[in-house]
Amino acid sequence: MLLVKLLFRNAFRQRLRSILTIAATTIAILAFGFLRTIVDAWYSGVEASSPKRLVTRNAISLTTPLPISYKDKIKKVRGVSLVSYGNWFGGIYISEKNFIPNFAVEPASYLELYPEYVLSAEEKKAFLQDRKGCIAGRKVAEEFKWRIGDTIVLKGTIFPGEWEFTLRGIYRGLRPTTDETQLFFHFDYLNERLKKIYPQRADHVGFFLIGIDDPRRAAEISLEIDSLFKNSLAETLTETEKAFQLGFVAMTEAILITIKLISYVIIIIILAIVANTMSMNVRERLSEYAVMKTMGFSWPHISVLVFGESLVITTTGAVSGMILTFPAAKIFVDAMGTLLPVFNITEKTLILDFIISIAVGISAGLLPAWKAINVPVQRALTKIG
Amino acid sequence: MNNIVELIEITKSYRRGSEIISVLRDINLSIPQGEFLAIMGPSGSGKSTLLNLIAGIDRPDSGRIIVSGIDITTLSEDELARWRAFHVGFIFQFYNLIPVLTAFENVELPLLLTGLSKGERREHAITALKIVGLEHRLNHYPSQLSGGEQQRVAIARAIVTDPSIIVADEPTGDLDKYSAEQVLDLLAGLNSQFNKTIIMVTHDPRAAAKAKTIRHLDKGILNATRETSF
Ligand SMILES: Nc1ncnc2c1ncn2[C@@H]1O[C@H](COP(=O)(O)OP(=O)(O)OP(=O)(O)O)[C@@H](O)[C@H]1O
Ligand SMILES: [Mg+2]
Repeated sequence: MLLVKLLFRNAFRQRLRSILTIAATTIAILAFGFLRTIVDAWYSGVEASSPKRLVTRNAISLTTPLPISYKDKIKKVRGVSLVSYGNWFGGIYISEKNFIPNFAVEPASYLELYPEYVLSAEEKKAFLQDRKGCIAGRKVAEEFKWRIGDTIVLKGTIFPGEWEFTLRGIYRGLRPTTDETQLFFHFDYLNERLKKIYPQRADHVGFFLIGIDDPRRAAEISLEIDSLFKNSLAETLTETEKAFQLGFVAMTEAILITIKLISYVIIIIILAIVANTMSMNVRERLSEYAVMKTMGFSWPHISVLVFGESLVITTTGAVSGMILTFPAAKIFVDAMGTLLPVFNITEKTLILDFIISIAVGISAGLLPAWKAINVPVQRALTKIG
Repeated sequence: MNNIVELIEITKSYRRGSEIISVLRDINLSIPQGEFLAIMGPSGSGKSTLLNLIAGIDRPDSGRIIVSGIDITTLSEDELARWRAFHVGFIFQFYNLIPVLTAFENVELPLLLTGLSKGERREHAITALKIVGLEHRLNHYPSQLSGGEQQRVAIARAIVTDPSIIVADEPTGDLDKYSAEQVLDLLAGLNSQFNKTIIMVTHDPRAAAKAKTIRHLDKGILNATRETSF
């Protein structure tokens, strides 16, 4: 206990230096946790994906449609339990600033395939019954203060014109990783209007969403589906939902790598700061370690003192940084609106924060500990302080 | 008489660049149990070197050092550290208390190596502080104590483990006359009342006069014993 007391008091002996170092650690951990959370947010689509869902799209590109007639053929593939389909609609709500991912989907099968979008029974019924109905995630509804029954007008970009919907439900995410910023409406509503204005674009879908019984057969089923349409006019590319989402993330990979890199650079900088503080602290006290050595203390005790002190500094900083990450994230989310649909500080990030603070504490203590352990005992004869 | 310290044919030299400085040459010294020895001599004569050898914080080039029956020149670094914990109490010129520990905690510190329980440590530390007359300053930090009081805490710290020998290098070198007197009386008392073996290096003839025996070190040679009038 006395050693613990001593190492705590040592940690706060140069009060200003310690406070500045702890503050630097706090900021570093805050920044690190924050950047990690941004990266997580980017991957949220991947995280939220289910191994029991496949996505089939045109092999040429994401924006090239497939005939809706493929649906029946896909349904017959062994292991396929459910087929839904839809289109990325890309409509704009009032202004382009308002980022609301919106899709035209076959509603009944879609909701069955995505049980994580939770609607009350009445909302679900109302949505399915209203051809012009739509549902939106809780976050968008809150952001734009939508109420059930409101009329929502989207300006089409891919499908020109003004499109009017009635909000029939506000869905909640089953899990924290569920995206609550999207809007869904009936594929038929889109298709029927297309038949009138762009008949050649009607009866085509952007993607099929396929439910399978056994995730272990995902690769096999994907191949089988794609082989059905080999050498046809529109060949397909089928992959798991996760692979599909990863494909999106890959487009912005350079940014992600940069963010990750920065987050690790921050750790290296904080390591340098703590190491510098520790080496100053220990250098000023070498005679004290020498005095302890004359008393018979050796490396185990001296290591405890030096590493303990270093860890007190880094973990104090880390814990305050971790605590501050929450209000910081809240401010950020409020400012960003629905741009990052899922922005959750994960347990993993917090654990990583803590592991890093321990690793930094130990690394920063290595050289000072070595110096303290090897201080010549004769040094004890010089004046302390 | 029963010798607690035996130095046999001790030589010690230091290397300074390419030059080798011979500090101690063929030193033979026997210190009986219960001795209060003062080692005097001009600056640079090797007094501290000799004391450090006896205390096991430095090693001779050749010769043997036997303290309470153990040849400490044969011990490894770790063994030597452990040996010091049980056999040697140090008193330094600059007291060298740990500034962030109270008087009591400073005295308790060496007991961490002894395996005593917390209660026993407390008892021993308080007893040691009583001996030096500072039991009323337990919770004071070194900066709140005078030089003389700090040195008395340091003496309590040196005796708390009940070591075989107490070594002191210029224990009064940094003290005013009055405090020096107090510290020396305390050492003399430890020697006479508790039969503690004390080896003290000093420049000050008045300090040396408190010892039972004075030996002079000059140019690496230890001169004949001279009993003091004490
Ligand atoms: N670690 C060392 N390295 C090199 N030379 C040393 C070392 N320690 C002591 N010396 C040299 O050995 C000689 C004796 O030193 P020592 O400290 O024992 O003398 P001293 O009698 O205690 O002197 P003082 O009265 O000034 O304390 C000196 O010349 C000193 O410079
Ligand atoms: Mg000296």
